[in-house]
This record gives sequence, C-alpha cells and structure tokens, in this order.
Amino acid sequence: MNVSYFPGCTLKNKAKDLDFYARKCAEVLGVNLEEIEEWQCCGGVFTTSEDEVATKLSSVRALKEAQKKEQPLVTVCSACHNVIKQTNHAMATNEGFANKVNRYMNEEAYDGSTTVYHYLELLRDVVGFDKIKEKVVNPLKNQKIAAYYGCLLLRPNGVMKMDDPENPQIMEDFIRAIGAEPVYYSYRNECCGGYVTMESPDLAKKSSNRVIECAVNCGAEKIVTACPLCRYNLMKNGSEIEIIYFTELLAEALGVKEADNG
Amino acid sequence: MAKNMNDLRDELIRMSGSDPVKCMSCGKCSATCPAYDEMEYHPHQFVNMIDRGNIEPLLESESIYRCLTCFACVDRCPRNVQPAKLIEAVRLVALREQGKNRLKADKVPEMLDSDIPQQAIVSAFRKYSK
Repeated sequence: MNVSYFPGCTLKNKAKDLDFYARKCAEVLGVNLEEIEEWQCCGGVFTTSEDEVATKLSSVRALKEAQKKEQPLVTVCSACHNVIKQTNHAMATNEGFANKVNRYMNEEAYDGSTTVYHYLELLRDVVGFDKIKEKVVNPLKNQKIAAYYGCLLLRPNGVMKMDDPENPQIMEDFIRAIGAEPVYYSYRNECCGGYVTMESPDLAKKSSNRVIECAVNCGAEKIVTACPLCRYNLMKNGSEIEIIYFTELLAEALGVKEADNG
Repeated sequence: MAKNMNDLRDELIRMSGSDPVKCMSCGKCSATCPAYDEMEYHPHQFVNMIDRGNIEPLLESESIYRCLTCFACVDRCPRNVQPAKLIEAVRLVALREQGKNRLKADKVPEMLDSDIPQQAIVSAFRKYSK
C-alpha cells in the first residue's frame, strides 16, 4: 500500500529515530511511505483563530499533494498530526475559511477530503494490530510500558477522533501487540507543558513531573510517546525511566532494531 | 486595537468561534487546567470577563502566555464553550499590536539547550509572535 508521508521538521533533526524506525517498520509491514516533495513545516501548533490563514497554508499544501496522488496522508509526529488534521477539518467544515485559503492559493480548490492518519491509526486501522502481532519476531515480554498520549493526539476530540479522549486504548493495544504489558495511569492524557518549556521551564517541569511520578508509581519501567516535545520535557525534567518513541519499540519487536540495553 | 470593548468582545467571539454566553460557570475548565497555578486569570474568568467586556486586564495579563493550548478545557466543558480558543483570541489581539511580539528571534539562542526539539521553537513562535 502506498501512502503520502509528512515527516515534519523535528523528525529531520532532533527526532531522527522517530522517523528512521517508522520507515523501517513500514517496509516490514508492507506500507510504502512516499515522502511529500518539498513539504513545509506545519508550524508545530494549530492556531485556533479562524482569521489566521497564512499559518495553515503549509498543511493545506501537503493535504493537496496527497489528494493529487489519491493517497491518505500519514504523519508520525503528534504535533504535525494535530495541526494537519485540524487544518483539514477546517477546510472541510468552515466554508468562509476554506474560501479564503483557496482564493489566496489561487490554484484548484481544496475541499478537506484527504484522509489523515497518524501512524498509530495506520497500524490499528489499515495494517491491523493482529497482523503486527503475527510479524513480531522479538516480543517485548515482561516489559511494563506506560503509554503517554499527552494532549496533541487526542484533543480536540471532535476533530482528532483517534480514540476516547478520556480513556484511550490505541497505544495500550499497540503495546500488547508487540508483546509487552501496558501500564495504566491517570496522567497519560495530560499535558507535559509543551512549548511553554521555552520561556517558563518551571511550568513544564511541574507538568512533566506529575506525569512521570504517576507512571512510575503505577509500575512503569518505560514511557512510550509519539511526540518529540513530550519526550524532551519528560527527559529534561528528571525521568529516571526511559522515554522512548513508539516506532523504536515497534522496530525492536519486528526485529529491525537491536534491543537497547543501555 | 479596538478601543470599544463591545467591539472587541464581538471580535474575540468571531475569531474564536466560541460563545461565552453558553457558559454556566461550573468551573470545570479551570479545575482541569494544568497551568491553573501559574495564571492570574483562570480559564473560567477569561470566559466570564470576555462576556462582560472586561477585556483590558486580560490583554495585559501574563496569563495569556501560560495557556498550553492542551485543549483539556475545550474537551471537558459540558457546554462546549471552548475557553482555550477564547484565550488564544485574546493573545492574538495582544500580539498583533505593532511592536508587541512576545518572542523575538535574537532571544531564542539563550533559551536553547542541545536537546530541545525544533517543534518547541516553531510552536513558541506561533504562540508568542506574529
């Protein structure tokens, strides 16, 4: 299966592992990630104001490229996914906004019809967790792993529609599919502090510490995430346990990455 | 910036697509806000003050830079008021004034360490600058 792929700025720099293993695993699972040519940074956060047009054009361009190829658009980074999916939703449902964007771009109008998948959704809805289970050569047995959703994957739920925003299952099901044991804890869908880490590191520290403490108290040995900024905030703020990208764990289970013993 | 606070109230409602009139003051938005302790004005106060046209204090407050846009208040509001979108609209009105950018490029290097992801930098620019 061929899909359009939007890696995003961070996956080309500080989060290369997130990208590298996403590609490796896709090969094993029979999915061909076609990187969009000349994609532009999504901007990291969706500007919710309806009169903001320019900040959403890079997402619209990526969505249009996927539409031209009649492919779904896949992202791995939680932030890219959130921005692109919210932009797509605005193009499909907010006529005034869509008209402004289309007039500005002065090309064939885009109507918000591209399907946007997060890589986790691709695993669940297109590949199937059962099939992944069959492909696992190195089940991560006896590992207690806490899924950290943060905010970007789930909210706003009316748009993201990935899972139940208060009791999500997709990452826990993923953890089971690769042979490990999911750890449930109450802060798994609370914010790490996000971009505020730039100017108010104390606020990010407080938010991150709440997440780490809660996961560790519930018995987690590792925390898995899809978001480079979540990973950074949790690591920077003193996590004693490993914070790892979900694509790295998948690659380990599929036998395309050596287990990291460090 | 609109000097008339009623005009500004209407503008914020237009920008955010949110309607503060729907608020029933249950306080759930503030109760669930991870930045609550850092805010002078809390999410429920934003909604109430915007509705009453008491917007000037919000424009001047550090609170508009503490919102994480995590959408906890948006998803958990029983009346779909979407406080985070109202807060973002206030922040944009403040930032759009000439010379009022919060984050300037030459200040960025001192905020960085060797691990910080690009995502943090571009996000901060989106939230703190126009």
